Amino acid sequence: MNAPINVLLFGITRDITGQTAIQHPLSPNARVSDLLTQLHGQYPRLAEIRALLVAVNGEYAEPDTQLKSTDEVALIPPVSGG
Amino acid sequence: MVSLTSNPIDISSAYKYLQTDGAGAIDLFLGVVRDNTQARPVDRLEYEAYDRMALSEMRKITDEACRRWNILKFVVVHRTGLLRIGEMAVLIGVSTPHRADAFEATRYIIDTIKQTVPIWKKEVFMDGEIWVNATP
Repeated sequence: MNAPINVLLFGITRDITGQTAIQHPLSPNARVSDLLTQLHGQYPRLAEIRALLVAVNGEYAEPDTQLKSTDEVALIPPVSGG
Repeated sequence: MVSLTSNPIDISSAYKYLQTDGAGAIDLFLGVVRDNTQARPVDRLEYEAYDRMALSEMRKITDEACRRWNILKFVVVHRTGLLRIGEMAVLIGVSTPHRADAFEATRYIIDTIKQTVPIWKKEVFMDGEIWVNATP
């Protein structure tokens, strides 16, 4: 098992989890899609969100982006600035 | 220049920054807090941002605007935190030699911010609250 990855939470994802960040154990060769699947299992209410994207190191990431424990990961629910 | 702030946005300092001798047009767009959403009275809005990414995504948008239009100077300021009715949430300012570029660039910047920049607003009503756009 690798070191846990830090996942930042904003907006509705912060309300659902009750936390501003979570430490998530990362399986070897985990991709963004794997992380999302695991988090949905842990927090089923994430399914209420219209569309959930993931940012890795401050950039929007694709589902097949591979994760490292040193990455800064953030869940990005639908944005609503302006 | 793009920035986030938890303090009230100052129009006059943005205007001063935008002034330049080659400009024939300065456009300002001000997004302000409305007192209702679909007739439901709003008490306040609460904005939060993923700061580093919000800034980098806003810079991508202004970079693209500068490629598309002849922009001499630009300002983007987005507020975070708790905002009351009538307060300014966002200011977009653009100075250009001629007005058409200023109108189009300003509109492009605000429209794209609403689509891609990781900033979220919670509408707080008298009898509940909702993260805007978050749920179907």
